[in-house]
Amino acid sequence: MTLAAAAAESDAALAFIEIGAVALALAVLARLAARLGITAIPLYLVAGLAVGVGGVAPLDVSAEFISLAAEIGVLLLLLALGLEYSADDLRHGLRTGFRPAAVDAAANFLPGFGMGLLLGWSTTAAFLLGGVSWISSSGVVSKVLGDLDRFGNRETPAVLNLLVMEDLAMAVFLPVAAAFALGRGPGSTLTTVAVALAGVVFILNVALRWGGRLSTALAPASDESLLLAVFGLTLLVGGLAQQLEVSAAIGAFLVGLALSGPVQQRAGTLIGPLRDLFAAVFFLFFSFQIHPGDLVGALLPGAALAVLASAGKLASGWVAGGSVGAGRRARLRAGTVLIARGEFSIVIASLGAHLADGDDLTALAAAFVLVTAVVGPLAAKYADRPRPRHRQPA
Amino acid sequence: MPDVREIRLPGIGVRHEFTTTDGERVAVLVHRTGRRELLLYDRDDPDTCSTVLHMSPDDTRTLTELLGASQVTEAVTEVQQRIEGLAIEWMTIPPGSPVVGATIAEGQFRTRTGVSIVAVIRDDATIPAPGPDHEFRGGDVAVAVGTPAGLDQLRALLVA
Repeated sequence: MTLAAAAAESDAALAFIEIGAVALALAVLARLAARLGITAIPLYLVAGLAVGVGGVAPLDVSAEFISLAAEIGVLLLLLALGLEYSADDLRHGLRTGFRPAAVDAAANFLPGFGMGLLLGWSTTAAFLLGGVSWISSSGVVSKVLGDLDRFGNRETPAVLNLLVMEDLAMAVFLPVAAAFALGRGPGSTLTTVAVALAGVVFILNVALRWGGRLSTALAPASDESLLLAVFGLTLLVGGLAQQLEVSAAIGAFLVGLALSGPVQQRAGTLIGPLRDLFAAVFFLFFSFQIHPGDLVGALLPGAALAVLASAGKLASGWVAGGSVGAGRRARLRAGTVLIARGEFSIVIASLGAHLADGDDLTALAAAFVLVTAVVGPLAAKYADRPRPRHRQPA
Repeated sequence: MPDVREIRLPGIGVRHEFTTTDGERVAVLVHRTGRRELLLYDRDDPDTCSTVLHMSPDDTRTLTELLGASQVTEAVTEVQQRIEGLAIEWMTIPPGSPVVGATIAEGQFRTRTGVSIVAVIRDDATIPAPGPDHEFRGGDVAVAVGTPAGLDQLRALLVA
């Protein structure tokens, strides 16, 4: 055995031990989060701080490996989001939910954007912070609605429609933000934005027109083959979209949208565990690069932004609830359940990690998500006391 | 029959709502996974669902049978009356049955008994007009139509 091979082997052994230990720690955190009834994302972020730059137990595993896994995590998060909705959901959302979506955008984008400018950041970083404060975590919101037995309530369809609209808005926002984050001159940025938007419209059209045929082609595949096909397609389309500077994440989202019917259902079930694994790496990697000191410094502005952006969501919920004729209490419920931010805020913030204000942006985004992801579900729960009688099989 | 309103819950499923003759609002939520919830609304607060009954597929089947059993029987009686000399029967195939793993073609049921298997109920799904390559599993319910004597013969083949 050569010396180099021996060294590689011991590197691999070390990497296995480290990754194994971290994964076990995350497993414990995920369980704890489930017990507390919150999402595991804030706990993952804290864990990332501990093993990251300047943390208590920094890892040696190559950053290249983790960052690639984290990128795949983003693609799978967006793919799973696309799989949640059918083309009909989107059309229905666009027809009925325009006004609440506009209020939602204004009331939640502006606080982040304004705070970014106030902190003296570049317009690009402030723009990204606007995105961070805008998009609710659809994962947390639908889980909270389910846990609190709210699917039957009058305001719930309006809340879910608002999430659909936010996700569509993100399909436009992400590539635009990515184009800004490239940091070229105004003329070239404008070109990139135009190309990106044209790309989104093009892929969306292809997805809606050919999606049925794709689903039919994939339908007879075995679970194994379907998993590989969907995974491969996601990376392929994501990579091609990235080449066109459209943002890989949107490519993945549109792959999810293109699938429909039973294949959509099966792909969702198959991709779920894979997404959980890679998304955990993504959240870990995100806070990996944050100095714990920066995060402490960001807690105060993060909490302030959380207050402003919670008020924003209350306004969104009020308008969305009103659009379906719900009463005061239902409109309040709609607002509080939307407070939680999570995966997409982190995805947006990660686009700006390399900017001059990148460190401040990621630290503030992490602090903001920490606060809202914990407070949001609690606020949703206490907005509606006394709780409905709840019967469930033991 | 009252109007059933269909409300789409993106990413979750579809909610079917109606108001009973007495003015109570009731809804059934069908998750995309097929799981169902029975929802009853608060009379004082029409926005709020006051009782939620989570049902497993088994529970749903039980409830459906309890609520709809008499109608099924009536419908079957009607069929039998309409076609004289023809009977319809449901036969559950036990896990130990010799036909488990065999296809309908392999069993040659129609040739041997003159009875047609017109549907198979598996879990809570009905397979209408199963093809000759339908393979039986333990727990399948075969819906068979034929003469009473033929049905007796078929039962001996399926259940023995």
